[in-house]
Amino acid sequence: MKKTILAALAVMALSGTASAEVIKIGVVGPFSGPFALQGKNFKAGIDAYMALHGNTVGDDTIEIIYRDIPTADPAQSKALGQELIVKEKVQYLAGFYFTPDAMAVTPILKQGNVPMVIMNAATSAIVKTSPLVVRTSFTTWQTSTPIAKVAADAGVKKIISVVSDYGPGIDAENAFKAAFEKAGGEIVEAIRMPLSTNDFSPIMQRIKDSGAQGVFAFLPSGPTTLGFVKAFNDNGLKAAGTKFFAPGDLTQESDLQALGDAALGIQTTFHYAVSHDSPENKTFVEAAVKAIGNKAELSFPSVGAYDGMHVIYKMIEATGGERDAQKAVDAVKGLSWTSPRGPVSIDPDSRHITQNIYLREVAKTSDGSYINKEVQTFEKQGDPGLAATK
Amino acid sequence: MQTVFSIAVDALAYGMVLFVISIGLSVTMGLMRVVNLAHGGFAMIGGYIASYVARDLGLGYALAIIAAVVFTILIAIPIERLLYRRIYGQPELTQVLMTIGITFCIIGIANFTMGPTLKTIPLAPALQGSADIGFRTIPIHRLFAIVCGLAVALGLWYAIEKTNFGIKLRASVDNAAMAAALGVRTEIVYAVSFAVAVGLAALGGVVGAEFLPVEPYYALRYMVTFLVVVSVGGAGSIPGALAACLLLGAIDTTGRYLMPEFGEFFFYLAVIAVICIFPRGLAGRAK
Repeated sequence: MKKTILAALAVMALSGTASAEVIKIGVVGPFSGPFALQGKNFKAGIDAYMALHGNTVGDDTIEIIYRDIPTADPAQSKALGQELIVKEKVQYLAGFYFTPDAMAVTPILKQGNVPMVIMNAATSAIVKTSPLVVRTSFTTWQTSTPIAKVAADAGVKKIISVVSDYGPGIDAENAFKAAFEKAGGEIVEAIRMPLSTNDFSPIMQRIKDSGAQGVFAFLPSGPTTLGFVKAFNDNGLKAAGTKFFAPGDLTQESDLQALGDAALGIQTTFHYAVSHDSPENKTFVEAAVKAIGNKAELSFPSVGAYDGMHVIYKMIEATGGERDAQKAVDAVKGLSWTSPRGPVSIDPDSRHITQNIYLREVAKTSDGSYINKEVQTFEKQGDPGLAATK
Repeated sequence: MQTVFSIAVDALAYGMVLFVISIGLSVTMGLMRVVNLAHGGFAMIGGYIASYVARDLGLGYALAIIAAVVFTILIAIPIERLLYRRIYGQPELTQVLMTIGITFCIIGIANFTMGPTLKTIPLAPALQGSADIGFRTIPIHRLFAIVCGLAVALGLWYAIEKTNFGIKLRASVDNAAMAAALGVRTEIVYAVSFAVAVGLAALGGVVGAEFLPVEPYYALRYMVTFLVVVSVGGAGSIPGALAACLLLGAIDTTGRYLMPEFGEFFFYLAVIAVICIFPRGLAGRAK
């Protein structure tokens, strides 16, 4: 008996090395700490993709190795990237919620012969730091530019810009300013507030005193958005008819239920709403909710992860499971497919995702939950940020 | 001129919310000499309970506040008996390590049981909306926070300075052995003060939830602010804490209105200046 088992094991081991391999994908993201919800969304998107498409490509089995980085920490990110490449021998790196974390790892991609698929980090310049980077999320420039057109179309001429004082906030300010001034509008004042601001009353007073007809705001998704939107309403700005424009970070679905009635009617532009109406999205949401456990926690990082997995699967198909980073990246340049968010493609030059940006309005559904209802589509938006920073 | 008044009102409201949340910590640190870094954790527990009672059970805001204070104290009593009692009179490092550990446990449990999303506490209809106070409108909830702050300040001052219990508490703090020898049951005095401090934390968590929304990382996110208020005011002093909150609230609000891009520069500049001039805080007592 013992002999037969041993023989069987030996046969399995031999056949294992002969044909099928295990391809490891290292995913770096915030899986604990204040941003754990976003990491959870990464995982939900990846799990959903693997549940719907299986965990094998050809003969090769896919294995995901998660590494946790609770807050933006470039040094730690680099260490994790090195560990994944050298020790775990991953063939692909993916994830990355924060720009600095992604930037810290791009210099070692070439040497490690590993492509990187960014599932969130939204600063335009990352794709320039290495030819082996592909991004399936969005950039702040990409989501903040269309809202300027919306504001101009609504007849608003004077706008005050209020952003959180850090990289993406400044990106949002510049993107909006460029697009709004091009459309003939005027930015009367640009305020940058510290990330840790809790009390927004003085900011609201500034908005009131500026005489602007509308406000453009960018805050990172999370607890502060609640205070900002409440302050906007409570200080009488909504009642006074001041218009509110923002990219969709401000009304991320997982915060939206807490914002509630206060957010009703806010218009944002973004690449993905959980409520997007398409068969692909329905399948995705069903699988992702199963993975994350609670629909209220599902939001945009999950779709970036889902499409990131799609790109990686295509890369593995193209290379036949061999380690060849350049060939893998070249194979997905120009790749187009229908994502849960709508039709998308990878721009061959920037390796960033070209996608529809939607104008959404916060609305209440019949079951009492709040959604970002898509009301207008800006088709095939590239990343204007890359051109602007060249 | 209107702007000046406007800023003054915002500063007063912000200062009062700071006061309601921080005063419990001032009591534990000043009167009980425990560096309680889990203070934010107890405030957060209060917020979660209030959110559950008001939002999920739909029982109203007033009941939510009462439930938050009562249940947070009930949760804190075993923690006091089993854990805190061991660190009274210990070196500060021991206290810091132990209470930060408790904080991490609270964060983990909150994340596990309540989930990582934001929780809101629906306000009573009477507290919603804005009131017109002549030259501007102000959210009614802020007026409520100001009233809460004043009530807490007055109540605590009276309890500590004027009542029999206050005398026992001050005696136990100054010299526990002598107080015990004179027949003061210091264990009970400590337990009651701890319960009061935790109750105040819970109250602050609920009243301040409009500024500082309840989510699992609440416990650590705002800890620095609470500690700054206590150190500027002087641990254990009610008027000191009140003065510190009003001063810091005024500086922070004015700075944010006039020069938001400077961030919290003025806030911390003021903290450094006060600590340089009054190393024990505005109303700190020499040890």
